[in-house]
Amino acid sequence: MTGYIIRRLIYGLLVLVGVNVFTFALFFFVNSPDDMARAQLGAKRVTPEAVEKWKRERGYDKPLFLNEKMLGTAKVTNTVFFEKSARLFVFEFGASDQGRNIGYDISTRMWPSLAVQLPAFIIGLLVYISFALMMAFFRATYLDFWGVVLCVLMMSISGLFYIIGGQFIFGKLWNLVPISGYDTGFEAIKFLALPVLIGVISGIGGNARWYRTIFLEEISKDYVRTARAKGLSETRVLFRHVLQNAMIPILTGVVVVIPLLFMGALITESFFGIPGLGSYTIDAISQQDFAIVRVMVFLGSVLYIIGLILTDISYTLVDPRVRFS
Amino acid sequence: MTCNRSATLLLFFALTLALTAGCGGSAWNDPYPAADAGANTLYTSFSERPKHLDPVQSYAENEFAFIANIYQPPLQYHYLKRPYELIPFGATEVPKPVYLDAAGKSLPDSAPAERVAYSEYVIRIKQGVKYQPHPAFAIDESGKPRYLTLTAADLRGIDTLGDFKHTGTRELEAADYVHQIKRLAHPRLHSPILQLMGEYVIGLKDLADQLTKVAAGLPEEASVDLTQYAVSGVRIIDRHTYAVRVRGKYPQFAYWLAMPFFAPVPPEADRFYDQPGMAKKNITLDWYPVGSGPYMLTVNNPNRQMVLERNPNYRGETYPAEGEPEDGKKGLLADAGKPLPFIDRVVFSLEKEQIPYWNKFLQGYYDASGIGSDTFDQAVQFSGGDITLTEDMVARGIRLQTSLATSVFYLGFNMLDPVVGATPGERARKLRLAISIAVDQEELISIFRNGRGVPSHGPIPPGIFGYRDADAKGINPQVYDWVNNQPQRKNIEQAKKLLAEAGYPNGRDAKTGQPLLLHLDTTSSGADSKARLDWYINQFAKLGVQLVIRATDFNRLQDKLRRGTAQLYFLGWNADYPDPENFLFLLHGAQGRAQTQGENASNYKNAEFDRLFDRMKHMANGPERQAIIDRMIELLRHDAPWVWSYFPKDYTLHHGWVFNRKPNQIANNGLKYQRLDPALRVQRRREWNPPVVWPLVLIGVVLILSAVPAVAAFRRRERRTATMVQS
Repeated sequence: MTGYIIRRLIYGLLVLVGVNVFTFALFFFVNSPDDMARAQLGAKRVTPEAVEKWKRERGYDKPLFLNEKMLGTAKVTNTVFFEKSARLFVFEFGASDQGRNIGYDISTRMWPSLAVQLPAFIIGLLVYISFALMMAFFRATYLDFWGVVLCVLMMSISGLFYIIGGQFIFGKLWNLVPISGYDTGFEAIKFLALPVLIGVISGIGGNARWYRTIFLEEISKDYVRTARAKGLSETRVLFRHVLQNAMIPILTGVVVVIPLLFMGALITESFFGIPGLGSYTIDAISQQDFAIVRVMVFLGSVLYIIGLILTDISYTLVDPRVRFS
Repeated sequence: MTCNRSATLLLFFALTLALTAGCGGSAWNDPYPAADAGANTLYTSFSERPKHLDPVQSYAENEFAFIANIYQPPLQYHYLKRPYELIPFGATEVPKPVYLDAAGKSLPDSAPAERVAYSEYVIRIKQGVKYQPHPAFAIDESGKPRYLTLTAADLRGIDTLGDFKHTGTRELEAADYVHQIKRLAHPRLHSPILQLMGEYVIGLKDLADQLTKVAAGLPEEASVDLTQYAVSGVRIIDRHTYAVRVRGKYPQFAYWLAMPFFAPVPPEADRFYDQPGMAKKNITLDWYPVGSGPYMLTVNNPNRQMVLERNPNYRGETYPAEGEPEDGKKGLLADAGKPLPFIDRVVFSLEKEQIPYWNKFLQGYYDASGIGSDTFDQAVQFSGGDITLTEDMVARGIRLQTSLATSVFYLGFNMLDPVVGATPGERARKLRLAISIAVDQEELISIFRNGRGVPSHGPIPPGIFGYRDADAKGINPQVYDWVNNQPQRKNIEQAKKLLAEAGYPNGRDAKTGQPLLLHLDTTSSGADSKARLDWYINQFAKLGVQLVIRATDFNRLQDKLRRGTAQLYFLGWNADYPDPENFLFLLHGAQGRAQTQGENASNYKNAEFDRLFDRMKHMANGPERQAIIDRMIELLRHDAPWVWSYFPKDYTLHHGWVFNRKPNQIANNGLKYQRLDPALRVQRRREWNPPVVWPLVLIGVVLILSAVPAVAAFRRRERRTATMVQS
């Protein structure tokens, strides 16, 4: 298993290099260092000298990928790409284009993201699986039919509608929770209740349908018929046998997102004023702060790779037949 | 039995909710801590994190909203008087420049600009003014600075400025103002006004060159000690007086003295923040300002909230006793002579979206609000030609204030363009004029701005010297006629006639017969913008001209403007200061964007205009200056480098518990004048936000009731014998 993980990590490293190159090329395809400088220096009275100076001080005056004026390895190392990206691999995030320490910002902003995402994820998972199991239990009945109709309806509605509707109903009409905002400690609960609730509700449609499909596929297998033939109750069949055997596809979708919970939710954070990493990324994109965009994309890739490895490991825990080779 | 138990539980749940709802305290939806309910705190918001709070770098309105209330530049604008008037702030009086010739001899005030080699501003600052409490001023028992020689070990456990246990203060000195002027030249701070001020402040450019060389020789983490350098044109006369010498006559310099760029920064602050390890913890002057103004920044979490608190060391300023004639009737002079500031804390919460902001304003959780297009009908109504608040707003005690912004929006022509620009001469001029007539600004303001704007007849907005009312003499005669005592846009037939004279009868090239295609580069996108852009296409279509919209991002548009390749574009300008020079320079030939990267995005060039501008910019306001401005505007109307669009009108709302609010389009330090009635706010919030719990109970009941048949069905299934189920 150790060998497998090391091999996956090496593959991951190559993926990270690719992601970095791709992000870098994409960003500079849309923005030039001049654009970045102007975005940071403001809209008024920006002189070409100030732009040049800004670029020079941040190393954006160098060639992007290949420095023809240099010799040997300096041709590659004395470039914007190498200088801005190589440090990421040792998790040195450096400063944003506005001069703030990115590592520090991430360490403070990941917690609000997690505070919303983690409860929404756990509660959501329980609700989705329960709802899906219920539909599977009542399969081919009106309950199942209307459950599926409800799911299709819910997944057809835009996420933004849930947010604005939720804010209107719970925050404005019923005055039960603050419409937006955030606080730390115990006070955070009243701010988190609505985004978590909306996070869960908005995911019911798609997720419950997905899990229902998985469960129905399992239910039609021979071992389930055998279990029933042995006289096991339907509850026992569903929870002890079907659920356990459906774990592989469930884990495939679930474990991979666990590390990404840190990264936050873009629209939710923006509408609820939650100071997480989702809004951090959005702000950086709108302000053309490449240093932050680069770090966030890198971090997202790292967490995704970790998620994939954890998923593989989790397979061995739920299904003893799975072995790494 | 089960039903009985469920009903009891439900009743208990409902009672608990009802009791909790009824028991005092703050409302459930109150986003602020209950303990702050009755506090003398103003609640407002910000939508974008400020990029800079360092007064040498900051040049955006959302940044000035904070630092203009923290720092104390020599001058400020009178809160109530209009037109805008400079009054002392850190200084004892508004400095009057002394004109000098090249030999340094004094000249009379009436000396012509050509003879004036230098203007010297001697600025006396108020005595006894003290900085806000700050660790940079903290001293130990032996009288030595406590935190100016920190090591990495000392910074362990320090994450924010509040983690420093000790603070101190000291008196404001002239040297602090001089230090800030030197900071303008700091090579690592990138002051946006360095180049402009380098042209005027004697020695500033030399210092910038010198510091650039010094900084280049230093390691990245090493700081530049500005106390070791001097600006030749700036001198400290005594502890409370300093002088700034500027090149030639530059009356606008006084306006710059009212901006944070010239606010005092103590050298201790630079020493404190420049220490190794501080920047890594984001403890910088750009993040934690050090001022002597009425407020200090105590919480800087732009991810969530920023808090200004009363500077306990701020003394000596009182509420103004004079204003405009109606100010007394509006109650704006009721607090005359009372010490400022009135409000103890100002909480700025991050609110990126308009809808939550508006709803929280209606709940009483924000004290003031603007009016967005989405909420316009909810807030105001037209009655008898006047704009008034809707009944709901009146019932809530909300008040409306309107003011014309010192901004201008326009549709610009690129004068380097071969079709609409200067090269085709009279032909293109007539084309531009035809378009200016065809694009109906009155309709645009009515449809897309809910009437919030005034059609512009030139580049200078109302409230700025040089502006003429749109009366018989003040209208733009190229586009309007004076009919029935009001301006009337010229008939579209006249525009078509001009177009035909330009060589495009019915919108087709007379020589080739090809339709005339014009391209508008715009960053506008989305559904709202589409309607507006379609409207523009229709306006051009009235002439038979085809307008092609080229959607582009901000960077590309700026790039096209810099290269002079855009044909038509939208831009606007907010005043830096209330002087016509700050608007007319947008069309000065020397500011041509393509040639000099200046602010003249149309690349308009007219020798007479440029000559008049150079004369006008040095003059004091008066009839002679007005006459020159009139001529300049006449030239602009004739040449039509812009389609004169509109001056925006700002509508703001505030609750009945907020007093002394008067819109000020130039100054940003108005927080200190505002007053609150927190008790009334508490009362209103309670009235407006009672928690409504019955829907929750109802949802619970529905869920339970719907679960009953499911449970019953479940049990039935469990008891059933095995059957084949088709899925």
